[in-house]
Amino acid sequence: MGTQVPIQEGLFTWPSEDPRLIGSECNQCGAVLFPAQSGCPKCASDDTKHRELGKRGSLWTWTIQGFPPKAPPYAGDLENFEPFGVGYIELPGEVKVEARLTTADKDALKIGMEMDLQFLPLYVDDDGNEVITFAFSPAQEQ
Amino acid sequence: MSTPEVAIVGIGMHPFGRTPERSGQEQGVYAVRKALADAGIEWKDVQFAFGGSAAAGAADTMVSKLGLTGLQFINVANGCATGGSALFSAYNTIASGAYDLGIAIGYDKHERGAFRVNTKAGGLGDWYGKNGLALTTQFFGMKINRYMQQHDISHSSLAKVSAKAFRNAEHNENAWRRQPIPEEQILESDMLSYPLTKFMFCSPAEGGVALLLARADKAHKYTDTPIYLNAAAVRSRRWGSFEVMSPWIAIDDGVGPTVDASKAAFEIAGMGPEDIDLAQLQDTEAGAEIMHLAENGFCEHGEQERMMQQGETEIGGRFPVNTDGGCLANGEPVGASGLRQVYENVLQLRGQAGKRQVPNDPKVAYTHVYGAPGISGVTILSR
Ligand SMILES: [Zn+2]
Repeated sequence: MGTQVPIQEGLFTWPSEDPRLIGSECNQCGAVLFPAQSGCPKCASDDTKHRELGKRGSLWTWTIQGFPPKAPPYAGDLENFEPFGVGYIELPGEVKVEARLTTADKDALKIGMEMDLQFLPLYVDDDGNEVITFAFSPAQEQ
Repeated sequence: MSTPEVAIVGIGMHPFGRTPERSGQEQGVYAVRKALADAGIEWKDVQFAFGGSAAAGAADTMVSKLGLTGLQFINVANGCATGGSALFSAYNTIASGAYDLGIAIGYDKHERGAFRVNTKAGGLGDWYGKNGLALTTQFFGMKINRYMQQHDISHSSLAKVSAKAFRNAEHNENAWRRQPIPEEQILESDMLSYPLTKFMFCSPAEGGVALLLARADKAHKYTDTPIYLNAAAVRSRRWGSFEVMSPWIAIDDGVGPTVDASKAAFEIAGMGPEDIDLAQLQDTEAGAEIMHLAENGFCEHGEQERMMQQGETEIGGRFPVNTDGGCLANGEPVGASGLRQVYENVLQLRGQAGKRQVPNDPKVAYTHVYGAPGISGVTILSR
């Protein structure tokens, strides 16, 4: 039985207790980006630091991926493909982050609704490890 | 209006769609020969070339078929703006005074299905593609979904854009999809990326276009109907824009590169949107044509709903858009797409567009391309 591994090192702090996405923040102008990178595209400084991002935001826009993506690069299940939601979540005062959504029901998605960060398995890799990625789901209380 | 320094004196095109018997490069060569014949010149007369394809090899290898004349040939690679960038470069080469006569070439040949995105080349981590986020179609769905809610654009207006494209293409022998499709069928086709259905998206395709450019004061040597290039501008994204293939967007909302390229082109030409008689606007999908109408300055945000419902962008309408069927009906051979728009405008301004000719003698025409990772190219042509 394999173990659980993150889809990419450095993208988020899972499996920490209160896992967050890791972005970067510019020490000069305060611009926040995701994933973390050196160099600030807003003010062109190279003075940035890591920043753990908020885990609740609002749905800025969304779509539903209705057909199986080409593989590669897609690594998810294609044999039993089910449409999945994709959206941008606006993390207040920080950045808008693109993510898979846990629902693909167009009637359950509304621009402006509150969304919470989740971590869930996406696929099993060649070594039998369960690969964990991040997604956002509609918040319980709207 | 500023005095144009560059003219288009010859145009050539290989039909778009699927041509299994010809490679992408052969389609490019075909387009070049057509353009040479149109201007009544030979390949040896051409002093320089800018050419590009995204998926069909290096353009400069064409000289092995066209003739080893030793000309300056520069390859261009700039995503969906490859053709536009070749034209921009050729335009500047002539405007600078370096040469009198040159050619801009774009061609391509893509595999079937949605574009396969190379996340490494795009500077994105592997996780992005593995997650199922590396699809250009998702961006288009998300951009128009938000826009429709903000500006009250209906699903019916999206369908009208597609229906118009296929209707216009019916009269374009170089187009790929020439069968009109009713709006209901467009709305009911497979939902690929909400709110966009199968018939609201263009597909990767094949084709080639070549445009011969000359100094404006020498244009009459080659043609009785020179079409002047009043402006060509290319811009990339700035902070706050919302672009295709973005794991993140800035918290601040800003304008995209289309707004910037459009403003720059109008400034160079000394014109405004009110001077334009017809336009070819990037319509990777139906929503793009709607949003690009406003981003290029041809209407206010939200006005498109009325424009679509009243048929204002039809060939016989107040402001005809995508008269050759656009990307929706021609498909998108990435390297050639922007030059196809210019080719169509040259035909329209010459009065040679046949059954799809815009009435009342159009004098000024506009093109706009948009592509990853956030670039736009605009041209303004006049006769
Ligand atoms: Zn900064």
